[in-house]
Amino acid sequence: MAGVPEPVTVPARRAPRLLARAARRASVPWLMLLPALAVVGGVVGYPFFRTLYLSFFNAPLLSHVRTAVGLGNYLHAFQSAEFRADVVHTLHFTVGSIGLELVLGVAVALFLNRPFVGQRFLRAMLILPLALPTVVNAVMWRWIYNPEYGALNALLTQTHILGSYRTWLGTPGLAMNMIIVADVWKNFTLVALLVLAALQTIPVELHDAARVDGAGGWQRFRFITLPGIRPALLVALVLRTVEALKVFDIIYVMTRGGPASSTKTLSFLVYDEAFSFLKLGSAAAYAFLTVALIMVFVGVYIRLLQSRGVAG
Amino acid sequence: MHRFRYLLALLLAGFMGAAVAQNVTLRALFMQQAAYSDSDVRSMTADFEAQHPGVKVDVEFVSYEALHNKIITAAAAGGGGYDVVLFDVIWPAEFAQNHVLRDITGDLPQSMIDQVVPGAWTTVTYDGHYYGIPWILDTKYLFYNKDMLAKAGITAPPKTWQELLDQAKAIKDAGIVQYPIVWSWGQAEAIVCDYTTLLSAFGGSFFDNGQPAFNSGGGLEALQFMRTSLDEGLSNPASTESLEEDVRRIFSSGQAAFALNWTYMYNLANDPKESQVAGQVEVAPAPGDGVHSQISAVNGSMGLGITTGSNHPTEALQYIQYLTSQAVQEKYAKLSLPIWKASYDNPAVAQGQESLIAAAKQSLGVMYPRPLLIQYPQFSTWLQTDIHRALLSQTTPKEALDNTAKQVVQDKLD
Repeated sequence: MAGVPEPVTVPARRAPRLLARAARRASVPWLMLLPALAVVGGVVGYPFFRTLYLSFFNAPLLSHVRTAVGLGNYLHAFQSAEFRADVVHTLHFTVGSIGLELVLGVAVALFLNRPFVGQRFLRAMLILPLALPTVVNAVMWRWIYNPEYGALNALLTQTHILGSYRTWLGTPGLAMNMIIVADVWKNFTLVALLVLAALQTIPVELHDAARVDGAGGWQRFRFITLPGIRPALLVALVLRTVEALKVFDIIYVMTRGGPASSTKTLSFLVYDEAFSFLKLGSAAAYAFLTVALIMVFVGVYIRLLQSRGVAG
Repeated sequence: MHRFRYLLALLLAGFMGAAVAQNVTLRALFMQQAAYSDSDVRSMTADFEAQHPGVKVDVEFVSYEALHNKIITAAAAGGGGYDVVLFDVIWPAEFAQNHVLRDITGDLPQSMIDQVVPGAWTTVTYDGHYYGIPWILDTKYLFYNKDMLAKAGITAPPKTWQELLDQAKAIKDAGIVQYPIVWSWGQAEAIVCDYTTLLSAFGGSFFDNGQPAFNSGGGLEALQFMRTSLDEGLSNPASTESLEEDVRRIFSSGQAAFALNWTYMYNLANDPKESQVAGQVEVAPAPGDGVHSQISAVNGSMGLGITTGSNHPTEALQYIQYLTSQAVQEKYAKLSLPIWKASYDNPAVAQGQESLIAAAKQSLGVMYPRPLLIQYPQFSTWLQTDIHRALLSQTTPKEALDNTAKQVVQDKLD
C-alpha cells in the first residue's frame, strides 16, 4: 500500500477514488496473468473437468444421448479383470524401464565423468537417442526383433548363443521385456545427462580427502557421489515415471498390445475404449484411474524429495 | 477503426472469391496395405481430376489398423473431415447406427446392382440400405511355392486342411524349409480373418439364434487346428506376431512353402523386384475339411462410402463411382480384382494371372462373413485375445473360446 496517504488527511469525497485506485493496483498482477490463465484454463482446465464430468456418464462417442451412471464406470473398472491385468502390465513396464534406466544412466554418467580420449565426442553422442522420435525408435526395434530378418536373431544364431530363431515379440512375458529394452535404449540417456551434470558439481577434494582417510571405491560412491547426485536422480525418476506410466506410442507401434494382450497398458486401454469401442464415459474413468496411479507415485517421490532431497 | 474496415473488406473479398470460383476439394481416406497400392490410387485419382475440372481430391493413406479409429475420430470431431472413406465389411452396422456414412440406396440403379458379383454388396449393406459401393473384392487364398512342393514329391496343392498339415510335414522332414506355413496371426483383425476361414471350412458358425456358437463344433475345431499346426512346428512361430505384410515378406524370401493371404500377394510375390521366389508362386482357393466343405473363404472385402459430414456429396459420389467403375477396376486388376461379373471373363483382366482368376471364381462364391454386430470391434478384440491365449498355450482352445462367449453374453453385445 505504499503511496497511499494517511486516511485522516483524506477528504471524505476523495476516499472512493483512492480505494478504486488501490483496487486497480491490486488487480494489475491478475490482469497481467489473465492471458496466461485463460490459455491454461482452456487447454488444461476445461479438458480436465470435462473428462471428469464424462466419467460419470454412459457417453457414446458418436451420440449426444448420455445417461448418468454415477460411479458405475469406476466400479466396473475395479471389477474388470482386463483393467487389473493392464495395471499390472503398466507397472511391469514402469518398474522395469525405470530401474534399468537409472542403473545404466548412472553407470554411463560415471564413465563419461572420467577424463579419456574421445570423452567429449561420446558425451555429444548421448543426445542422439533422445533426439530420435519414439515412433522411429519403436519401428527400428521392431525390425531388430523381427524373427525372420531381424538383426538380433541373426547376431545370436551366428555367434551360436541361440540354436534357433526366437519370436521376441510373439511370446507373452518376453514381449514386454523386449519393449522395455527398446525404451531403455532411448531414455537412459536422459538420466545419464542429468547425473553427469550433477557429478561435475561434486568437488574433487572430497574424493581426495576420503582417499587419504582410506575409503575404498564403493565407500566413496556411497558417501560422496550418491548424496551429490541424489537431487538429479530424483528429478530424473519423477520425469521418467510419469512418462512410463502413460506409455502408449512405443507399444502401439511394436505390438499393438499383443501377444494375448500381454503388453496392453492403461493408456492403450483408454484408447481402445474411446476410439475402437466408442465408450467415452468408461474411457474417461480409466483415464482418471491412470492419473490416480500417477499421483500415488508422484506423492511418494515428493515425500522423498522433501525429507532428504536437496539437503542430500 | 481503419484497420477493422480493412479486415472486413478483406473478408468480404474472400467470400466473393469463393463464390466465383467453383473449385471443390474432396478429402479421401484410404489404407496403405494390401489391395491397391497408394501409387495406384494416386494415378486413378489424377485421371478422375483430369476428367472433372474444378474437382480436386486430397488423398490420405493410413495403415488398416488405424483406419477405423481415424474415421471415427473425424466423425466425432464434426465438420471439415473426410468426404470419402474406405471402410471394411465389418463396420457398416456400427457406421449406419452412428450415422457415420450416408445412405446412398437411392443413387444406385438396379441395373448397376445386377452387374456386380452378388456377394460384393453384402460388404456395404446394413438393414437393407446401401452405405457405399464395394471396391476391393477380396478373400484369403492359399499361396504355395510350387518348387518346394515338387522337391518334396508333392504334385498338387492340398485339397483339405489336414492334407495341408501332411504336406507341410513332408516338406519339413525333407529339410526344405524349417516352418512350412506362415499366417497373419498377430493380435489384430487379420487373425480373425484366418480363424473365420477355418471356422467356415469346419462347418462352424459364430452365432446361432443370437447365442454364441463358435465355442463348439466347427469354431472349436478351427482353433484346435491352428494350435496343432503351431505345436507340431509346421506353422512358423513368428505367425503370432505377423500381419499380412510380414507374411508376404517371409513367403517372398523363400522361408515358407504355404501362406494364407489376400489377392495382392499373388503379383507381388511373383515380381522379381519384390520377391526372391518370383515365378515359383501359385495360388489356390483355401481348402475345406472334406466333410462340410471343399474350399473355404472369408469375406474380406471393402467399400467406398461418403460421410454424413461431407459438404460435397455429389462430387464425392462421382469420385467413388469413378473408382469403382468397370473400366478403372479392369485397368488396375493386378493387386485387387474387380467387383464386376463381366470382368472375370475378360481376357485382358485374366492375362498373366490366370490361376488367380481361376481361384477367385471359386472362392468369391463361398465367402463367409464375420458376425454382423454394431459393437464388432469389441467382439473382435476379445476374440483376438482369447485365440492368442490358446495359440500361446496359456489356456486350451475350448476354455479360450468359452471365455469370449461368456463376455459376449455378459455384456449383451449387439
